[in-house]
Amino acid sequence: MIDFKDVVKSYDTGNMALKGVSMHIDDGEFVFLVGPSGSGKSTIIKLITGEIQPTEGSVEVNDYHLESIRRRQVPYLRRTVGVVFQDFRLISNMTVYENVAFAMRVIGARAKEIRKRVPYVLDLVGLADKAKRHPGELSGGEQQRVAIARALVNNPDTIIADEPTGNLDPARSYEIMLLLEEINNLGTTVLVVTHERELVERFTKRVIAIDDGLVISDGMDGYYHYEEQ
Amino acid sequence: MKSNNFGYLLKEGIRGIFLHGFMSFAAVCVTVACLMIIGSFSALLYNMNIMVEREAEDAEIIAYIDETYSEAEAKSVGSRINTIENVAKATFVTRGEALAEFVQGQEDVFQGVDPSTLEDRFIIVLEDNSRMQETVTQISQITGVSDVNAPLELAEGFSALQYIIRIVSAAIIILLLVVSLLIISNTVKLAMYDRRDEIGIMKMVGATNGFIRIPFVVEGLILGLFGAALAFVLEWGLYDALVSWVASVRELNILTFVPFETLLWPMVAVFGAAGLLVGLFGSFASIRKFLDV
Repeated sequence: MIDFKDVVKSYDTGNMALKGVSMHIDDGEFVFLVGPSGSGKSTIIKLITGEIQPTEGSVEVNDYHLESIRRRQVPYLRRTVGVVFQDFRLISNMTVYENVAFAMRVIGARAKEIRKRVPYVLDLVGLADKAKRHPGELSGGEQQRVAIARALVNNPDTIIADEPTGNLDPARSYEIMLLLEEINNLGTTVLVVTHERELVERFTKRVIAIDDGLVISDGMDGYYHYEEQ
Repeated sequence: MKSNNFGYLLKEGIRGIFLHGFMSFAAVCVTVACLMIIGSFSALLYNMNIMVEREAEDAEIIAYIDETYSEAEAKSVGSRINTIENVAKATFVTRGEALAEFVQGQEDVFQGVDPSTLEDRFIIVLEDNSRMQETVTQISQITGVSDVNAPLELAEGFSALQYIIRIVSAAIIILLLVVSLLIISNTVKLAMYDRRDEIGIMKMVGATNGFIRIPFVVEGLILGLFGAALAFVLEWGLYDALVSWVASVRELNILTFVPFETLLWPMVAVFGAAGLLVGLFGSFASIRKFLDV
């Protein structure tokens, strides 16, 4: 569950990135967060992952209150939020299997759990046969699947995908979105940040549009709805 | 922390060394180079100090006894000389013995010389030659001592030399130590920079700072200790080679080096501590800024 109440975020540079954002995303929802660059999308992601704290207002993510969270608690918040980036961020000298297992190991999972869980997630993203490959041997779409597997492996409540298809061709992008939808169907909350209009329009999902630090539309009726007003 | 994590963290630390082979190699090389320079300097200075000390030990004071004293009276002065705390040894030499030593090998030249032209005397060796002046004054105040002959300038020279060696060696060692730590912490920083992506991913998936840090510290420790051990073995070989070379060259036979075995445990302690320090300091200091993600 993600809940923003009147969130204002201004940076030390004086730049006011969010000017009073309120939104609520329930458990199990699939939501697109759209808006032009500089609109405040990245700030929202950073707030959700505990990288920054709101200047005003409250942010609640999976029962963690981020306006007052202790630094020591941030790692535990992050275990409930899997993040997928545009640039994949895989470790190039580890195999696909190791990249995914790494995410479990560094939070102290047992070897037995790892051996059970990693093949399951790799199978879920369709990469069971590429477990021993290195990221450099994979296509962009496959690399993004590895990143999604890694985000999923610790069984988070929420997946945040930050421009997950920015480096992929339309066909691969569509496949990635289908995968995220499938993950959502399994019960995980999914928030996809993107500015790819066609992609958003191919799915009938809730779209939250923000511009200049404010939510300007929120509903099921499409991405560029706000432009027409 | 679960028990199986210990094995993982240790394994990760060791794996990191091989995963980042070049950086590990560089860190070990720097550690070895720095420790060997420091070790060689320390060993050299230690030996110089010992050589100077040995030379200084040969400096003797001669206390002449009033010529009117009988041999028995003269000998009794020795007990008072021995009460001076800086006196290590006072050996009584009669005028007859002194003459015999003096004329030795040239008996024909000095034939018929009367021992009474000489005085009974004590040959005195001091505990601490740097306080020779003070001790000489004390000796000359003893009743029955007519005159004292002391190599004051020589003793002062040796003391000054020892003092200079100590100061210079302390300065050089401190300087080298600081330089080594800087180079090593920079090497580790570079290694960390090399792995900033990995650290970023660990943070992203919710690893705690402690968990992120431990493999790096293990890695730093292993590298530091490995470097120290390697430096120690090389130092030993180098030292022994140098000692046997010096012993084989005739012109250098005034130089005497203590065997490495004498330096063994101090060297083990210093190298071990340096390796530990370098490993811990290097990894802790440099990882801090990368954790702030």
